[in-house]
Amino acid sequence: MTSLTLVRRIAARPSIVFEALTTPDGIACWWGPDDGPVLLAEADVRVGGRFRVRFRMLDGSEHESSGEYTEVVKPTRLAMSWRWTHGGEPVEAGEESRVEIDLRPIDTGTELTFTHSRLQTEASRDSHREGWSGALDKLERHFANDPA
Amino acid sequence: MSIGELARPFAIKLPAVMKHLDVLGTAGLITRSKKGRTVAVRLAPEPMKEAMDWLRRYERFWSARLDRLAAYAEAEEAKAGPMKPREDTP
Repeated sequence: MTSLTLVRRIAARPSIVFEALTTPDGIACWWGPDDGPVLLAEADVRVGGRFRVRFRMLDGSEHESSGEYTEVVKPTRLAMSWRWTHGGEPVEAGEESRVEIDLRPIDTGTELTFTHSRLQTEASRDSHREGWSGALDKLERHFANDPA
Repeated sequence: MSIGELARPFAIKLPAVMKHLDVLGTAGLITRSKKGRTVAVRLAPEPMKEAMDWLRRYERFWSARLDRLAAYAEAEEAKAGPMKPREDTP
Protein backbone atom coordinates (compact mmCIF):
# COMPACT_ATOMS: atom_id res chain seq x y z
CA MET A 1 0.00 0.00 0.00
CA THR A 2 1.46 3.25 -0.96
CA SER A 3 0.67 6.68 -2.32
CA LEU A 4 1.91 9.21 -4.82
CA THR A 5 1.56 13.02 -4.73
CA LEU A 6 2.27 15.47 -7.54
CA VAL A 7 1.95 19.27 -7.47
CA ARG A 8 1.54 21.44 -10.59
CA ARG A 9 1.18 25.19 -11.02
CA ILE A 10 -1.13 25.93 -13.91
CA ALA A 11 -1.63 29.33 -15.56
CA ALA A 12 -5.41 29.09 -15.57
CA ARG A 13 -8.03 29.95 -12.97
CA PRO A 14 -9.38 27.08 -10.81
CA SER A 15 -12.82 27.04 -12.50
CA ILE A 16 -11.17 26.40 -15.88
CA VAL A 17 -8.88 23.69 -14.46
CA PHE A 18 -11.91 22.09 -12.79
CA GLU A 19 -13.75 22.04 -16.12
CA ALA A 20 -10.75 20.52 -17.86
CA LEU A 21 -10.76 17.79 -15.19
CA THR A 22 -14.45 17.01 -15.41
CA THR A 23 -15.91 17.64 -18.87
CA PRO A 24 -15.70 14.82 -21.45
CA ASP A 25 -14.02 17.23 -23.91
CA GLY A 26 -11.45 18.17 -21.28
CA ILE A 27 -10.83 14.57 -20.24
CA ALA A 28 -10.48 13.44 -23.85
CA CYS A 29 -7.79 16.09 -24.36
CA TRP A 30 -5.47 15.27 -21.53
CA TRP A 31 -6.04 11.69 -20.48
CA GLY A 32 -4.52 9.73 -23.36
CA PRO A 33 -0.85 8.86 -22.87
CA ASP A 34 1.92 8.96 -25.50
CA ASP A 35 -0.41 11.09 -27.64
CA GLY A 36 -2.48 7.95 -28.19
CA PRO A 37 -6.22 8.59 -28.63
CA VAL A 38 -8.81 8.63 -25.87
CA LEU A 39 -11.51 6.22 -27.11
CA LEU A 40 -14.13 6.85 -24.48
CA ALA A 41 -14.61 9.50 -21.81
CA GLU A 42 -17.68 9.36 -19.58
CA ALA A 43 -17.99 11.44 -16.44
CA ASP A 44 -21.06 11.81 -14.27
CA VAL A 45 -19.59 14.45 -11.99
CA ARG A 46 -21.58 14.26 -8.77
CA VAL A 47 -21.08 12.37 -5.54
CA GLY A 48 -21.92 8.74 -6.35
CA GLY A 49 -21.59 9.36 -10.10
CA ARG A 50 -19.13 7.28 -12.13
CA PHE A 51 -16.44 8.01 -14.65
CA ARG A 52 -14.88 5.74 -17.26
CA VAL A 53 -12.00 6.54 -19.58
CA ARG A 54 -10.54 4.24 -22.24
CA PHE A 55 -7.44 5.06 -24.23
CA ARG A 56 -5.10 3.44 -26.73
CA MET A 57 -1.35 3.61 -26.35
CA LEU A 58 0.96 4.09 -29.32
CA ASP A 59 1.89 0.38 -29.04
CA GLY A 60 -1.78 -0.45 -29.81
CA SER A 61 -2.69 -1.68 -26.32
CA GLU A 62 -5.95 -0.36 -24.88
CA HIS A 63 -6.50 0.51 -21.25
CA GLU A 64 -9.53 1.59 -19.31
CA SER A 65 -9.92 3.00 -15.85
CA SER A 66 -13.06 3.86 -13.95
CA GLY A 67 -14.35 4.77 -10.56
CA GLU A 68 -16.88 6.70 -8.55
CA TYR A 69 -16.78 10.33 -7.44
CA THR A 70 -16.77 10.55 -3.65
CA GLU A 71 -16.34 14.33 -3.29
CA VAL A 72 -17.19 17.04 -5.79
CA VAL A 73 -16.57 20.60 -4.58
CA LYS A 74 -16.52 22.90 -7.60
CA PRO A 75 -13.95 24.40 -8.24
CA THR A 76 -11.62 23.32 -5.45
CA ARG A 77 -11.73 19.58 -4.84
CA LEU A 78 -12.43 16.24 -6.48
CA ALA A 79 -12.05 12.81 -4.93
CA MET A 80 -12.81 9.50 -6.57
CA SER A 81 -12.20 5.81 -6.33
CA TRP A 82 -10.02 4.53 -9.12
CA ARG A 83 -9.12 1.19 -10.68
CA TRP A 84 -8.10 -0.36 -13.96
CA THR A 85 -11.12 -1.89 -15.64
CA HIS A 86 -12.20 -3.60 -18.85
CA GLY A 87 -15.72 -2.84 -20.07
CA GLY A 88 -16.36 -1.31 -16.65
CA GLU A 89 -15.36 -4.54 -14.84
CA PRO A 90 -12.29 -4.62 -12.59
CA VAL A 91 -9.21 -6.27 -14.09
CA GLU A 92 -7.28 -6.57 -10.88
CA ALA A 93 -8.21 -8.00 -7.52
CA GLY A 94 -7.93 -6.05 -4.34
CA GLU A 95 -9.32 -2.77 -3.13
CA GLU A 96 -9.91 0.29 -5.24
CA SER A 97 -7.30 3.00 -5.02
CA ARG A 98 -8.19 6.62 -4.35
CA VAL A 99 -7.51 9.77 -6.36
CA GLU A 100 -7.79 13.23 -4.79
CA ILE A 101 -7.31 16.51 -6.63
CA ASP A 102 -7.19 19.83 -4.82
CA LEU A 103 -7.16 23.18 -6.63
CA ARG A 104 -5.92 26.27 -4.83
CA PRO A 105 -6.05 29.73 -6.40
CA ILE A 106 -2.64 31.42 -6.61
CA ASP A 107 -1.56 34.72 -8.22
CA THR A 108 -0.56 33.00 -11.44
CA GLY A 109 -3.60 30.75 -11.66
CA THR A 110 -3.99 27.44 -9.86
CA GLU A 111 -1.88 25.15 -7.77
CA LEU A 112 -3.04 21.61 -8.33
CA THR A 113 -2.21 18.86 -5.83
CA PHE A 114 -2.80 15.36 -7.12
CA THR A 115 -2.70 12.36 -4.79
CA HIS A 116 -3.17 8.74 -5.76
CA SER A 117 -3.32 6.67 -2.59
CA ARG A 118 -4.15 3.17 -1.41
CA LEU A 119 -2.13 1.89 -4.31
CA GLN A 120 -1.58 -1.81 -4.00
CA THR A 121 1.46 -3.09 -5.78
CA GLU A 122 1.58 -6.58 -7.19
CA ALA A 123 4.57 -7.07 -4.93
CA SER A 124 2.65 -5.95 -1.84
CA ARG A 125 -0.35 -8.05 -2.85
CA ASP A 126 1.86 -11.07 -3.28
CA SER A 127 3.68 -10.42 -0.06
CA HIS A 128 0.33 -10.09 1.70
CA ARG A 129 -1.05 -13.26 0.24
CA GLU A 130 2.08 -15.42 0.31
CA GLY A 131 4.07 -13.60 2.92
CA TRP A 132 2.10 -12.08 5.74
CA SER A 133 -0.89 -14.40 5.72
CA GLY A 134 1.35 -17.37 5.04
CA ALA A 135 3.48 -16.45 8.01
CA LEU A 136 0.40 -15.98 10.18
CA ASP A 137 -0.90 -19.39 9.15
CA LYS A 138 2.42 -20.84 10.15
CA LEU A 139 2.38 -19.00 13.43
CA GLU A 140 -1.11 -20.30 14.18
CA ARG A 141 -0.07 -23.84 13.36
CA HIS A 142 3.01 -23.37 15.46
CA PHE A 143 1.01 -22.35 18.51
CA ALA A 144 -1.65 -24.99 17.87
CA ASN A 145 0.99 -27.75 17.89
CA ASP A 146 3.00 -26.36 20.71
CA PRO A 147 0.80 -24.61 23.28
CA ALA A 148 2.91 -22.28 25.42
CA MET B 1 25.27 -12.09 8.15
CA SER B 2 24.43 -14.74 10.75
CA ILE B 3 21.17 -14.66 12.68
CA GLY B 4 23.09 -14.05 15.93
CA GLU B 5 24.83 -10.97 14.47
CA LEU B 6 21.56 -9.77 13.04
CA ALA B 7 19.72 -10.12 16.37
CA ARG B 8 22.38 -8.46 18.56
CA PRO B 9 21.29 -4.80 18.14
CA PHE B 10 17.63 -5.62 18.89
CA ALA B 11 16.01 -5.81 22.31
CA ILE B 12 14.02 -8.91 21.40
CA LYS B 13 14.77 -12.58 21.95
CA LEU B 14 16.19 -14.83 19.28
CA PRO B 15 12.92 -16.77 18.67
CA ALA B 16 11.16 -13.46 18.00
CA VAL B 17 13.90 -12.52 15.53
CA MET B 18 13.42 -15.88 13.83
CA LYS B 19 9.71 -15.21 13.42
CA HIS B 20 10.39 -11.82 11.81
CA LEU B 21 12.90 -13.49 9.51
CA ASP B 22 10.30 -16.13 8.59
CA VAL B 23 7.93 -13.38 7.48
CA LEU B 24 10.64 -11.60 5.48
CA GLY B 25 11.70 -14.93 4.01
CA THR B 26 8.21 -15.90 2.82
CA ALA B 27 7.80 -12.42 1.34
CA GLY B 28 10.97 -13.04 -0.66
CA LEU B 29 12.88 -10.15 0.90
CA ILE B 30 15.66 -12.27 2.42
CA THR B 31 17.34 -15.54 1.56
CA ARG B 32 18.81 -17.95 4.09
CA SER B 33 21.56 -20.50 3.60
CA LYS B 34 22.98 -22.93 6.14
CA LYS B 35 26.73 -23.24 6.54
CA GLY B 36 27.54 -25.79 9.22
CA ARG B 37 25.82 -24.58 12.35
CA THR B 38 25.28 -20.98 11.28
CA VAL B 39 22.49 -19.73 9.07
CA ALA B 40 23.54 -16.85 6.82
CA VAL B 41 20.88 -14.28 6.01
CA ARG B 42 21.11 -12.19 2.89
CA LEU B 43 18.92 -9.25 1.87
CA ALA B 44 17.12 -9.78 -1.45
CA PRO B 45 16.28 -6.24 -2.59
CA GLU B 46 14.68 -7.29 -5.90
CA PRO B 47 11.01 -7.35 -4.75
CA MET B 48 11.44 -3.91 -3.12
CA LYS B 49 13.02 -2.61 -6.29
CA GLU B 50 10.09 -4.00 -8.29
CA ALA B 51 7.68 -2.12 -6.03
CA MET B 52 9.65 1.10 -6.48
CA ASP B 53 9.79 0.66 -10.26
CA TRP B 54 6.07 0.05 -10.27
CA LEU B 55 5.45 3.25 -8.30
CA ARG B 56 7.70 5.20 -10.68
CA ARG B 57 5.64 3.95 -13.61
CA TYR B 58 2.53 5.39 -11.98
CA GLU B 59 4.38 8.63 -11.32
CA ARG B 60 5.39 8.92 -14.97
CA PHE B 61 1.86 8.10 -16.07
CA TRP B 62 0.22 10.80 -13.95
CA SER B 63 2.99 13.31 -14.49
CA ALA B 64 2.47 13.14 -18.25
CA ARG B 65 -1.33 13.42 -17.77
CA LEU B 66 -0.99 16.50 -15.59
CA ASP B 67 1.37 18.16 -18.08
CA ARG B 68 -1.29 17.78 -20.75
CA LEU B 69 -4.06 18.86 -18.40
CA ALA B 70 -2.06 22.02 -17.67
CA ALA B 71 -1.53 22.71 -21.39
CA TYR B 72 -5.23 22.19 -22.09
CA ALA B 73 -6.40 24.39 -19.19
CA GLU B 74 -3.93 27.13 -20.14
CA ALA B 75 -5.22 27.11 -23.72
CA GLU B 76 -8.81 27.33 -22.40
CA GLU B 77 -7.76 30.18 -20.12
CA ALA B 78 -6.28 32.04 -23.10
CA LYS B 79 -9.59 31.59 -24.99
CA ALA B 80 -11.56 32.88 -22.01
CA GLY B 81 -9.60 36.15 -22.11
CA PRO B 82 -8.02 38.03 -19.25
CA MET B 83 -10.11 38.13 -16.09
CA LYS B 84 -7.53 39.47 -13.70
CA PRO B 85 -3.99 40.84 -13.87
CA ARG B 86 -1.33 38.18 -14.16
CA GLU B 87 1.98 38.07 -12.36
CA ASP B 88 4.94 35.91 -13.14
CA THR B 89 5.67 33.15 -10.66
CA PRO B 90 8.07 34.62 -8.08
